[in-house]
Amino acid sequence: MKSTFSMNKIIAPISNKAAKVIPLDKQIKGMHIYQKTKRKVLPERFLRKIPEFIEEPIADVSTLAIEDIDVSNPFLFRQNKWQSYFKRLRDECPVHYQANSNFGPFWSITRYEDIMFVDKNHELFSAEPIISIGDSPDGLEIETFIAMDPPKHDDQRRAVQGVVAPQNLKELESVIRKHAEDILDSVPVGETFNWVDHVSIELTTRMLATLFDFPFEERHKLPYWSDVVTGVPETFGGTVGSDEMFNVAASAISQVSSIWREKEAKKAAGEEMGYDLISLLLTNEKTKDMIDRPMEFLGNFVLLLVGGNDTTRNSITGGVHALNEFPDEFKKLKQDPGLIPNMVSEIIRWQTPLAYMRRMAKEDVEINGKIIKKGDKVIMWYVSGNRDERHIDQPDQFIIDRKNARNHLSFGFGIHRCMGNRLAEMQLRIIWEEILKRFDNIEVVDEPEYVQSTFVKGYTKLMVKVTAKE
Amino acid sequence: MGSITFIEHDGQQHAVDIEEGKSLMQIAMDNGVPGVDADCGGACACGTCHVIVDSNWMSGTGSISADEKQMLDMTPEQAVTSRLSCQILTSEEMDGMVVRLPEFQM
Repeated sequence: MKSTFSMNKIIAPISNKAAKVIPLDKQIKGMHIYQKTKRKVLPERFLRKIPEFIEEPIADVSTLAIEDIDVSNPFLFRQNKWQSYFKRLRDECPVHYQANSNFGPFWSITRYEDIMFVDKNHELFSAEPIISIGDSPDGLEIETFIAMDPPKHDDQRRAVQGVVAPQNLKELESVIRKHAEDILDSVPVGETFNWVDHVSIELTTRMLATLFDFPFEERHKLPYWSDVVTGVPETFGGTVGSDEMFNVAASAISQVSSIWREKEAKKAAGEEMGYDLISLLLTNEKTKDMIDRPMEFLGNFVLLLVGGNDTTRNSITGGVHALNEFPDEFKKLKQDPGLIPNMVSEIIRWQTPLAYMRRMAKEDVEINGKIIKKGDKVIMWYVSGNRDERHIDQPDQFIIDRKNARNHLSFGFGIHRCMGNRLAEMQLRIIWEEILKRFDNIEVVDEPEYVQSTFVKGYTKLMVKVTAKE
Repeated sequence: MGSITFIEHDGQQHAVDIEEGKSLMQIAMDNGVPGVDADCGGACACGTCHVIVDSNWMSGTGSISADEKQMLDMTPEQAVTSRLSCQILTSEEMDGMVVRLPEFQM
C-alpha cells in the first residue's frame, strides 16, 4: 500500500509543473497508462485493493454482534436497511468502530449532538485528505476545499462562493423558474414515467449548465460525469471501472479547460465577465491561475458538479416519495402552499441526499466514552443524526409543518457547511410552487429503486403518474 | 422593559422585548422576526443568525470568538459590525439597540 501511495506523490508534482506545456487531458491519459501498467507489473501486495461489491441480501441487524455491524455496505440504502442499522448504533453504540470494512477501519458517529461536535471542531478533526469513506482513486488525488483545512480552505471557498451570493441567487430565480415551468409542462400527464429522469435530473442539469456556463445542448454530460465520480468503488462503493473513470476525467478536464481558455481570452480583451463559476475563478487573484494546478482545478470543478447534482436531484425525487408515503401531508400542502419553504427543509432532512462526511482525528479525542486515536478515520453519519430521537421529535415521520425543520444536519455545520444551501432550497421551493400550480396529484406507482453507494442516498427510478389540476 | 429593533433588508422594523440572559437570536426566534434562520439552533456553527449591529451599539455586544469570526468570514454580506446573534446575550443595557438583517442568511 505504502509504495503505491508514494509513487503517486512523485507523479503528482510533475503533472503540476507540466501543466503549462502538456494539455491536461493528455496528462490524465498519461496517468491512466501509468496506473494500468503499475497494476500489471507490480506484485499484488504493493497494490491498493479495489473492492468489488456484489449485492447480497443484508442481514437483519438484530442478528449481528455489535462489532460486526458495517454501515459502509453500499447496499444499505438500496435495500432500505439503513434505518434499523443506524438506530441500533445510536441506541447501543453511538460511537462505533468497524475494524475490517472494505474501506479500512473507521469510526461511525451516529447521534446528532456528537456529529455537531465533530463537524464544529475542525481543529480536532481534519477534513483532509478527502471527505469520502474511501480515499481518492490512485492517480486522481483531486484537491478541493471541502477537503482542506484553514487557511487554504478559507481562501479557496471565498473565491467561489460568489457563484451562490445574493446577487447571483436573485438572477438565478427567474432562470430556474423558467426551466421548471418548461420541464413540468412537458411531462406526459396521465402516463407512467420516471420522475428521476424527466424532472429531477433535467432541472438540476440545466442549473449546473447555467452555473458553469456549459454548452446547453451538451448539458447531459454533466450528470454523467458526476455519476462517474461518485460511482468509484474504492472511494464511494459504486461500480464504475478505472478506464471509464480516467476517460471521463480526461474529457471533462479537456472541455472545462477550453471553456476556461475562452473566458480567459475574453477577460484579456477587456470584455465583461459573467457570474458563472469559471468567470469568478478567473477574476479572483488567488484562483486566476488555477488551471496551472490541474488537481486543484479538477477538484473545484468536481466539487461544484457533485455538490450541485446528487443533492438537489435526490431531494426533488425524495419530496415526491415522501408525500406519497405520508399522504396526509400532501393534503396539508395543497391546502396551504405557504408551507413550501418549511417543507423544503423537511424534505432535505428526511432525504439526507449525502449520507455522511469524513474527518480524520488530529489528536486523541474522547466522544461518548470512546477514545478516537490521532489519525483515525471518522465518519459523521448525517443520515443517522437526522433521525436521532434524542434531538428530533418523531424523526422518521415526514411533517411538512415541523417546528425547527431547519435544524437538520444535511448541510453540515461549521466551516465546511454547504455553500449551495440557499440555491438548493430555492430550486426545491420553485419546483414545488410550479408543481402545485399544475398538478393535483403525483402518484408513485411502483417501488422506488435506489443508487448503490455509501455516500449518495438517492434514486435511480421513481415511477409516477401525474394528474393535471382541474 | 427595554426593546431591541431588528430591521429587515427591505426596511421592515420589528421591535422585540429584551429578555435578560437570552441570546439575541433566541428573542428574534421567539418573536418570529423574519430573516433570522438559526439553522444550528445557537451552536455558532452555521452563520444563519447573522445581524449587522448599529455601529453605536457594537461595543456593547461583547467580544467575537474565533469560531464566530470564522463563520462570519463565510458570508458574502459580511460587514464591519457583523455578529452572529446567537453569540450576543441580551441585557437591559441594550434597550434601544438597532440591528440590521442581511438580505440572505447563508
